[in-house]
Amino acid sequence: MPDASLWDLVGFGPLGWGAQFLHGLLLTLEIAVSAYALGFGFGLLGAWAKLARRRWVALIGETYTVVVRALPELLLLLVLYYTGTAALGALLGLIGFGPVEISPFAAAVTALGFILGAYMTEVLRGAFQAIPNGQGEAARALGLRPAQVFRLVLLPQMLRYALPGLGNLWLNITKDAALVSVLGGMSELLATGKNAAGYTKHYLFFFSVTAALFLAVTIVSSVAFSVLERRLARGLRRA
Amino acid sequence: MGGWLDFLIFSVMPKLLAAVPVTLALTFAAGAIGNALALPLALARISPRLVLRLPAALYILLLRGTPLLVQIYLIYYGLGQMLPGTWVRHSFLWPYLRDGFWYAVFALSLNVAAYSGEILRSALQAVPRGEVEAARALGLSARQILRFVTLPRALGICLPAMSGELVLLLKSTSLASTITVMDVLGTAQYIRTQSLHTYEPLLGAALIYVALVFLLTRLLNRLERRFSPEKRGGKVPSRHATSISV
Repeated sequence: MPDASLWDLVGFGPLGWGAQFLHGLLLTLEIAVSAYALGFGFGLLGAWAKLARRRWVALIGETYTVVVRALPELLLLLVLYYTGTAALGALLGLIGFGPVEISPFAAAVTALGFILGAYMTEVLRGAFQAIPNGQGEAARALGLRPAQVFRLVLLPQMLRYALPGLGNLWLNITKDAALVSVLGGMSELLATGKNAAGYTKHYLFFFSVTAALFLAVTIVSSVAFSVLERRLARGLRRA
Repeated sequence: MGGWLDFLIFSVMPKLLAAVPVTLALTFAAGAIGNALALPLALARISPRLVLRLPAALYILLLRGTPLLVQIYLIYYGLGQMLPGTWVRHSFLWPYLRDGFWYAVFALSLNVAAYSGEILRSALQAVPRGEVEAARALGLSARQILRFVTLPRALGICLPAMSGELVLLLKSTSLASTITVMDVLGTAQYIRTQSLHTYEPLLGAALIYVALVFLLTRLLNRLERRFSPEKRGGKVPSRHATSISV
């Protein structure tokens, strides 16, 4: 790679890494979106568990959030990635799906979603508790079924309270998705940057390109969330 | 069944415990340097002068908007690529600069500075205006107001958030393992690749991190109670009880 200018190196030409970086960016976003959706599910479950009246259910919720949040994300990702693939593969094998290979993508997303879920639990629990009691009571008095109370009354109001926290967690997961590069085998954004840097020996340059792309995701997301926040707050009187 | 437990207790744990000082050294070195940098950064961020405010805001955006792991790689591989060609190669510093440890400390410090700087900024701005006005009415200079009024108050306000940051830093130090630093996670990874036992080293590391986080949280809670009047149940109503408790 003798005479390629740095500009050629990030372009889409024969010497360029542009296509790889674009692919890496998309994969990172895919990982982040999937893990976020899964984390939201874990978070709802966790919040439900922590607010449950049954002691043992609340205890499970408590243990989940305390343990997951006390561990470094990278360590937990490694643990879940290695044990998760083995355990899930064996489980699916047992119930008759034959020997199942869990794809690295699915394993990484599940692990990240599980981790994010613990932080999500705290955000959602706080938001649920911020809804005035009368809202749920009024909905029940109107004869709505529990599922309807949740879907039509509690969830929309809860989202408004939870949005700032949810926005922060989205920014966190886009950055935590970079940890997937440590697992190997997936060419997401950071792995692509590492590849390009190692191949061309332009370390400073390619890691800067990687950082710039992550920064772009952060900036676009922050703008989007502040627009969303204003939209959800419409019809609310300003205090 | 007994085999893996024996392996964990007698073979893995001693090696991991021996690596605890490295994790603690990373935490406290980066915590000290990062928090020392946070103050000028926060002051620059709220300065009326654009020359100071803009670079500070940009720095914070860059450091908080990109993954820490990318920053670590950027510094380790990027600086590591540039330094050997310079005078540093032949200086007394070189033996240190070859080691991933100092790159990790450097990267973590820069990162902590950005996050703590932002916390400190909001705390400085949360100091009641009346107190600053009273200090000015007493004839204190701007420097004296900062030293005797604004800063002590701000530190009291942001202590819970700061101790939360320190716990997050302790967990973040594990990323140093990706640049060959033999901290707790680095050692666990080393054992994992050497022994082909996947679970025991990671499980052992998890136990150690949980214990460290627990101990650090208790220590910080005790410090908070000592230094923050709001936590002693004194007369000041607690308004900033938003600590990131683990």
